[in-house]
Amino acid sequence: MSDKATRDSFGEAIKALGAEFPKIVVLDADLSVSTKSVHFAKAFPERFIQMGIAEQNMVGTAAGLANSGFIPFACSFGCFVASRYETIRVSVGYSKSNVKIVGTHAGLGTGEDGYTQMALEDINVLRGLPGMTILQPSDDVTTRAAIRFAATHVGPVYIRLTRQKLPALYQSESVFEPWKGIVLKEGGGEVAFLASGATVSESLKACDKLSKLNPWVADFHTIKPIDANLILKLAKTCKKLVTVEDHNVIGGLGSAVAEVLAEAGSSTPLLRLGVQDTYGESGIATDLYEKYGISANQIAARVQELF
Amino acid sequence: MPENASVQELSAIANECRADIIRMIELAQSGHPGGSLSAIDIITTLFFREIKMDPKNPDWEDRDRFILSKGHGVPALYAVLARKGVITRDDLWTLRRINSKLQGHPDRVIMPVVEASTGSLGQGLSIAQGVALALKLQKKSAHVYCLMGDGETQEGQVWETAMSAPKYKLNNLIAFTDNNNGQIDGHVTEVMDLDPLADKWRAFNWAVQEIDGHNYQQILDAVAKAKKETTKPSMIIAHTIKGKGVSFMENNIGWHGSAPSKAEAEKAIAEIEGRKV
Repeated sequence: MSDKATRDSFGEAIKALGAEFPKIVVLDADLSVSTKSVHFAKAFPERFIQMGIAEQNMVGTAAGLANSGFIPFACSFGCFVASRYETIRVSVGYSKSNVKIVGTHAGLGTGEDGYTQMALEDINVLRGLPGMTILQPSDDVTTRAAIRFAATHVGPVYIRLTRQKLPALYQSESVFEPWKGIVLKEGGGEVAFLASGATVSESLKACDKLSKLNPWVADFHTIKPIDANLILKLAKTCKKLVTVEDHNVIGGLGSAVAEVLAEAGSSTPLLRLGVQDTYGESGIATDLYEKYGISANQIAARVQELF
Repeated sequence: MPENASVQELSAIANECRADIIRMIELAQSGHPGGSLSAIDIITTLFFREIKMDPKNPDWEDRDRFILSKGHGVPALYAVLARKGVITRDDLWTLRRINSKLQGHPDRVIMPVVEASTGSLGQGLSIAQGVALALKLQKKSAHVYCLMGDGETQEGQVWETAMSAPKYKLNNLIAFTDNNNGQIDGHVTEVMDLDPLADKWRAFNWAVQEIDGHNYQQILDAVAKAKKETTKPSMIIAHTIKGKGVSFMENNIGWHGSAPSKAEAEKAIAEIEGRKV
C-alpha cells in the first residue's frame, strides 16, 4: 500500500459516507481543496456549504444544522478552526451540538507554510471542553474508521488530520475500537512509545534502531477520552514511557498521559517528546521533525540517552 | 392564553410579563432588566401571534424557531414561556438559582425549548442561519426568528453571517435588532457607534425594515412583510427604549445589569400595573 495523507483518506471517506448517511452535510471555509472536503462537494453539491473565509460563522452554522438533525462536518486547517474557540465552546461544546470539526494540517508536518498554518495548540485548547471527543488517526485505514465513528457518535468531535503522507499501518478498520488505544507493537520490559497521528509511524521506525530495548508502540487515535487502562498497563510493564506528538507538549497527548500516571500514583518516569513549548517555523516537514526531535532518528537517540 | 392575541391582548400580556421580569430579577437579585424590558414587546408578539410550536412536543420538526442571540435578555423569554404554559410561573422564581433550569443565560441542553445556548454575544445569528439552512434542505416552510442586541452587533461574527445568509437566500430567516442604544459601558452610539445600521444590513443584501419595537401592529406588519421576501433574509431594526415601561429604568444605562431592590421592584410593578404606590 502506498503512503497517504490522512486528509486524503478523510476526503474519500466522507464522500463514501455521504451516500450512506443522507444527514451528513459538509461545511468548509475556502480550503476544501486542501482539507479534501472537495470530494464531498463534487459528489453532493446540495449538501456542501461553502462559508468563505469565516470560520466562526462556519462553526455556529454547523451548530444550527446539528440542532436540526443534520450531521455537519466543519472543515478547515486545525489552527484556523480550533482558534474559533469561543464559538466552539458555547455553540458546540456547552450546547452539546452534534458537530464534527475537521482540522487538517496538524503540526510541524504542515512544513513550508510555517507556524501560522500549523495546528500546534489545537488539542490543548479543545481538550478542556467537557464532552469533546478528540480523534487523531495514524494511517489511511484508521482514518476511515475514525470518520465513520465520528459520523455515528452523537456529540461534538474534533478530528485532527495530516497534510503529509503517512505509511499504511493497519489492514482492517476493525482495529479501531472506540475509546481504546491500539497496541501496534508489543515489546519487552524497558520502554513504551505512546504516540498519535503522524508520530505513530515515526515511533515504529525508531524501534528499528532500538532493537535491544524492544519498545512497545501504542497508537492513541483517541486523545480524549484517553485510554487510561492502556497507559497504566504500559506503565506497569515498562521502566519508562515516552509520548511522541506533533503538537506542543503542553496540553496534548503528553499531558493527557501525565495526568493519568500522576493520578494513579505511577512511579514510571515519562519523557514527553513533541514541540517543547515553542512556536513552529518553515521548512520541509521531515527536516522539521528532525529539528524538533520527533523524527524516528531523534526519537531513538533520545530514548538511548535514557538507558 | 389566546392563540391569536389581539393588539390589546398583546399589550396586556406584555405588561404581565414586564411585572414578572421585574419580580424574577428582584428575587434573584441578579439579572438584566433593561434589555429584557426593551425586548418583551417583540418576544410577546412573536410567541402569541407568529410562532407555531407545540409545548408538549418541543422537537416538532415543523415548528418555527426563536433564537435569543442576546442571551442576557432571557428573563423576557422565560416570562413569555410561562404565559404560554411551556414552563410554570413558579419556575420563574427560580431564575439564576442553583439547580434551576432557568439559567442566567439560555441553556438548550437543560431547557430545549430555548433552541440555542447563548450569552456569548454574536453567535446566535450563525446558529439561526444553520437552522434556516437545515429547514431549506428539509424543504420545510417554518421560519427562524433571531433577536439580537444592538451592542451585540459589534461582534465580528455577526457580520460574517450578514455576508453569508443572503448567499444562501435564507428568506426564512427573520432577525430583529433590539435597538435600545444601551450597553454596559454606555450608549451604543458612544461605545462603538453602529450608525448607519440599516444601511449596513442593506449593503449586505438583507431586506431591512425599521419599526417602533414597542408598537405591536408595526411588529406584526414587519413580520408579514418579511415573510413575503422571496430571496432575502430580513433584518427588522426595532427602535426600543431600554427599561421600557418602568419610568426610573427607561434609558438609564445603570439598569442594564442591576437588580432592583424590593422597594424598587414594588414601585416598578405598581407603575406597570397602573397602580399608585
